[in-house]
Amino acid sequence: MELGPIFRALLRNKTGAILIALQCALTLAIVVNAVFIIQSRIDKMGRPTGMDDDNLISVMSIGFVDDFNGQTTVDTDLAALRALDGVVDATPINAIPQSGGGSSSGFRAVPEEQKQDTGASYYEVDSHALNTLGLKLIEGRNFRPEEQKYLPERTLDYPRAVIISQAMAKELFPNGGALGKTLYSGAKNAYEIVGIVERMQAPWINWRGFERTVMLPLVTTEKYMRYMIRTEPGRRDDLMPVIEQTLNKLNNGRIIRDVKAHSDVVKRAYQEDKAMAILLVSAIGLIVAVTALGIVGLATFSVNRRTRQIGTRRALGASQQDILRYFLTENWLITSVGVVAGIALSVGLNIWLVESYSLDKLDWRYLPFGALFIWALGLLAVFAPALKAARTPPAIATRTV
Amino acid sequence: MFHYYLQLALKSLRRNPILSSLMVLAIAIGIGACMTTLTVYSLMSADPIPQKSEQLFAVRLDSWDPNQPWDEPNEPPPELTYRDAMALMRSDIPSHQAAMYKGAFALQPDDKSVPAYLVMGRISFADFFTLFDVPFQYGSGWDSSADKALSQVVVLGKRANDKLFGGENSVGKTVRLNDKAYKVIGVLDTWDPSPKFYDVNNGAFDDAEDVYLPWGIAVPYQVRTAGNTNGWKPEDIDTYDSFLNSELVWIQFWAQLGGSDKESPAEQKARYQTFIDSYVSEQKKLGRFQRPLNNRLSDVNTFMAEREVVGEDNRVLVGLSFLFLTVCLINMIGLLLAKFLGRAPELALRRALGASQWQVMQLNLVEVALIGVLGGLLGLLFAWFGLIAVRALYGDGYGALTSLNAGLAMQALIIAIAASLLAGLYPAVRVGRLAPAGLLKAQ
Repeated sequence: MELGPIFRALLRNKTGAILIALQCALTLAIVVNAVFIIQSRIDKMGRPTGMDDDNLISVMSIGFVDDFNGQTTVDTDLAALRALDGVVDATPINAIPQSGGGSSSGFRAVPEEQKQDTGASYYEVDSHALNTLGLKLIEGRNFRPEEQKYLPERTLDYPRAVIISQAMAKELFPNGGALGKTLYSGAKNAYEIVGIVERMQAPWINWRGFERTVMLPLVTTEKYMRYMIRTEPGRRDDLMPVIEQTLNKLNNGRIIRDVKAHSDVVKRAYQEDKAMAILLVSAIGLIVAVTALGIVGLATFSVNRRTRQIGTRRALGASQQDILRYFLTENWLITSVGVVAGIALSVGLNIWLVESYSLDKLDWRYLPFGALFIWALGLLAVFAPALKAARTPPAIATRTV
Repeated sequence: MFHYYLQLALKSLRRNPILSSLMVLAIAIGIGACMTTLTVYSLMSADPIPQKSEQLFAVRLDSWDPNQPWDEPNEPPPELTYRDAMALMRSDIPSHQAAMYKGAFALQPDDKSVPAYLVMGRISFADFFTLFDVPFQYGSGWDSSADKALSQVVVLGKRANDKLFGGENSVGKTVRLNDKAYKVIGVLDTWDPSPKFYDVNNGAFDDAEDVYLPWGIAVPYQVRTAGNTNGWKPEDIDTYDSFLNSELVWIQFWAQLGGSDKESPAEQKARYQTFIDSYVSEQKKLGRFQRPLNNRLSDVNTFMAEREVVGEDNRVLVGLSFLFLTVCLINMIGLLLAKFLGRAPELALRRALGASQWQVMQLNLVEVALIGVLGGLLGLLFAWFGLIAVRALYGDGYGALTSLNAGLAMQALIIAIAASLLAGLYPAVRVGRLAPAGLLKAQ
């Protein structure tokens, strides 16, 4: 390989080469970081909810009249919902998972209050929740009907049984054996862990405690109430208006709102992540195109300028392959400088992103792929101009340009 | 002379259409990407109340968990507990002040066959309207007696008045909310601050509320907040009273500290800071406020920054789009260099016939500027498409944040021309400097 001469020739005309190397470096940095962000968003969006999303409907009921009776309303609503043709089951629930609005509280594995609490989302549900949501019980049992409590105003009769998510169990009892243990909250509340579900998520998708959940067999009888309803497969969309009408007919002292398919709630929750991923994919496409076209343009120019020189080499016996190899090697040298600078720049850009925003540290394994990509891009872009150079007839050496 | 250069530039662009359009395209893509992200960013971070944003302060007290701050690094919660808000309202230091929260109300139309529907309301003090320079179309706000005693009056937002009364003057009419009749005493003119700075915790880009009600109704009617409620310690909250007495934070609090005849804004602010600090110190003796003293008075724009109203994604995208523009410009430098060096013989001839270096450079720069203008215009078009795409991707909430305005369009054009001149400077100078003799000989 004639690396030496090519390199020395490059040094005589640095500007174009520097510009290409710089472009390659910036492109590498942008592409690597963008792909990294996209991958983390895809991972985030791919987290399973643990529920039967496609057949679930959520709905909100808001009482507004003075004589609104929460407890009667919940009882009649649930009886009517469960009796509907096509409905598998229904549960009252204080907050909709993944929806962005809900409640969280601190829990701990020891009675002493000064120990720092572990935050978990809590859901107030009844014994139909596991069946309705389609949660997978991996240890223990479901709530028993007699454990169910109502929370009418001015009474405090907290339930004593809780079902928690596996992530919560692991957080509080890293060595296992959470089932049957006691969970403490506040100064006086103690619960027995009667069941562990494989997965149940919080309402806030960006929360670090997203997978930590505690479920209580408790129905609040406030004016605000929510239900989740599971339908037979394929009947969800037909049942949404039926559910709205049924609930409206039962009580006109309240407003029925937000009748939503749960898969839409989940989709809505991740909309920003999806948008970010799509925008970054488009940005990668555009920047790669711009860089490739830039390389084509500059290579074409440099070939044109050296037509006579190429002709002379051909006349002196260089084969077409020699010329082709010369330009490919030259380009490879230039992009390699870009790749080296680009790797440094990628890491730098990532450090900035990590420090300024809550982004993760770049996985170093992205870098070799990025480097290969830029090399391939460079060779691909330079191929046509190099081929054109190789086909330069030797006779051109004798002509003036 | 400029006209002549322009003609030459046009001719030169046409002589090499592929290279020329590549350059225009590169600029346009870079500008388009930057303008798209910048538009969203600048509309998100716009000053919602420029005439007095420096006088309005969000008041925050650090009543949070002794073991950990509300948010790292040591951020106090964005809202207040009921009893703290009520205690602060007793101060006479701010020229205007108001505690406030968001509530949901069922609006029952007179026509019984029309079902009731939910409207968002704001429960606040009489000063709310003066504090935020809220414009009235008809009538006015309530007087402060309504904040202390039950008084069933309501101020309607413009949208609500248009819907309920067809935009007529509805002062004196009644509206039924949550099963109670309220007398309309005022109707707002169009008012939709964006971002909705006074309550960023419950949707920073939501519309302003439909109904405004005096604080006096809150306790008698037990109007709970429809916004977020946050607490750090488990408390037994079973009644409205226990809710009010809890450590839950849910009330926004704003004070105007713009100075007066007797004191400067800074003095008034310092006096108020002392007041809230000493209030918290008093409370510490009662066993509350176990965190170190960390009470904040942040003006509107500082508060928007602290609450990170502009999403992180948007800031990352702005940063990346400028790197993107840099790549486009480097690309353009390369292409321009190629182009100008290609026409060096022609330029050499001009030099030999008496054109000065400066004139040759001018000639090149006119062409560069022309590319910049074309790229800028095309970039505006790209930005327009980009914003349509952003709106489609992010959904309804982004409607107001994705409109290109004249100011931003001008900015885009200026950036495009400046950027291309910057990119064209080196190639133009370098070609201008070439000695004509050698080039002429080669011909």
